[in-house]
Amino acid sequence: MDIVYTIWLRNVKRYVRSKSRMLGSLGMPLFLLLVLGFGLDSVVTLPGMEQGYIGFIMPGIISMSVLFTSVFAGIQIIWDKQFGFLKETLVAPVSRLEIMLGQTFGGATTAVIQGLIILVLSLFIGLEITSIPGFAIAIMFMLLIGISFTAFGIAIASRMDDMHGFQLIMNFVIFPIFGLSGALFPIDSLPSWARSLTLLDPLTYGVEGIRYGLLGTSQVDPAVSFMVLSGFTVFMVFVGSYLFRKISI
Amino acid sequence: MYAITVEDLVKKFGDFTAVNNLSFNIESGEVFGLLGPNGAGKTTTISMLSTMLKPTSGNASVNGFDIRTNEDDVRKSIGIVFQDQSLDEELTAYENMDFHGRLYRIPKNVRQKKIIELLELVELDDKKDNLVKTYSGGMRRRLEIARGLLHEPKVLFLDEPTLGLDPQTRNHLWDYIEKLNKEKGITIILTTHYMEEADKLCHRVAIVDRGQIIALDTSEKLKNDIGGDVITIVSQQKDDLYSIIRSLSEIKSIEVHDNFITIGLQNAEKHVAKIVTMASENGITIESLSIHKPTLEDVFLHFTGRTIREEEASTKDKMRMMMKGRR
Repeated sequence: MDIVYTIWLRNVKRYVRSKSRMLGSLGMPLFLLLVLGFGLDSVVTLPGMEQGYIGFIMPGIISMSVLFTSVFAGIQIIWDKQFGFLKETLVAPVSRLEIMLGQTFGGATTAVIQGLIILVLSLFIGLEITSIPGFAIAIMFMLLIGISFTAFGIAIASRMDDMHGFQLIMNFVIFPIFGLSGALFPIDSLPSWARSLTLLDPLTYGVEGIRYGLLGTSQVDPAVSFMVLSGFTVFMVFVGSYLFRKISI
Repeated sequence: MYAITVEDLVKKFGDFTAVNNLSFNIESGEVFGLLGPNGAGKTTTISMLSTMLKPTSGNASVNGFDIRTNEDDVRKSIGIVFQDQSLDEELTAYENMDFHGRLYRIPKNVRQKKIIELLELVELDDKKDNLVKTYSGGMRRRLEIARGLLHEPKVLFLDEPTLGLDPQTRNHLWDYIEKLNKEKGITIILTTHYMEEADKLCHRVAIVDRGQIIALDTSEKLKNDIGGDVITIVSQQKDDLYSIIRSLSEIKSIEVHDNFITIGLQNAEKHVAKIVTMASENGITIESLSIHKPTLEDVFLHFTGRTIREEEASTKDKMRMMMKGRR
């Protein structure tokens, strides 16, 4: 456990230290939140949504922020590989599973912090937290998204030699995962074929879970969301640690 | 007691054999050098001994532990400074050390004390809270050596420890390495392609070429093998010159290379005039001539028939072709 903590600590230290990265990765979600939120707020009316469209997408934007930060945190081990630091970790008398878990929890922690920053900023533009348990539920879902997608990033990074493939992953994997989730639109209003597509996207359950926690309404039963997302998290941690074990330098 | 034993170690990458039937033993407390051109298989050997790479076949043990079956104990017994930098630049020197100490499960109070001690040893204690990215190349190298010593390894691997450093820093590092070996009795195995480095630091030197050891002894003995001094003669008519002087009884060894001849013999000063006279009597023009004490470079040339530079050029080509083939 102390090894997992050591690696976690390094990740968090690096995160806290790089203010530019922290601010930089807030830019896109905030931009979307403001532009889409205020831009479409008056045109889009959602039945049963008191907070309007901007209230509807806040949980979506929070999960976007968690998603991007965590995938990036996972993929970062490519930098460690290129800059040689990974060797230092791999040659130590510790198991690869410990290293991978430390990296995963470190990435998830930074991702949740990024999500919380968006959440706090959302409070200034109309989000109201009405129940403490609901808030806790939202954080739990953020943590699950963080863990599963950091592990996802590690799995990808274990198979990549350098950062050249990063754009490819961003454009063809991460953006579709975000776009297909119910982050920006209510999945109930989709035609049934598109709806089943969104239900294949693990992030949908994260978004719905956070939405349930923060707004009290969701289109997927929160218990189902929790089970699917937990299952996905366990699966990704397995895949991630399996592929990470086979990494060679 | 041997610190390291290596028996018929082989490593193949596809059909390229990087390490070919390597066998040697290293005594406890010895400074052992693996000398050879880039691509000779030195780093691959170190990688196998440090459990980073699985050997294709053969056996080896470090500090008495088998590198195949007892990885964890091997890892606890060794410290390693890699050829490429392996520090986290976003952390301070102290934090890099601390990270390492935690990975090797050194208890907190011991860890804190040892980190300061070692940073003092490598004279970085006053800069311990600076981020590593502000460090110069030499400082980084020293920090890496300090880090490699933190968990008190029995064996320290130094893979090209002074590559890319200026001569002054290099001398400085050499002093550290000697001191470490003398004061702490750590067995040190270092790879290098600097002749001077092996000459100065190592008790014994193994000359590695194309994955094989072609000579292994103290550098004194290796140099004596050539036979005293070395005369190098550059001449267009090198073959004629060769056939004339080869029968001289004083000459211990003589070799013809691309555009020069090397001659090994005792007391070269006394015999050089005779050689020059014989050359001019036969109408052979000598472009230049030099006499020097043999270096390991000469040893390498003597055993392989190539200079280290030629060898590096050709291995680089080979590597480039391999890389192309892979893509």
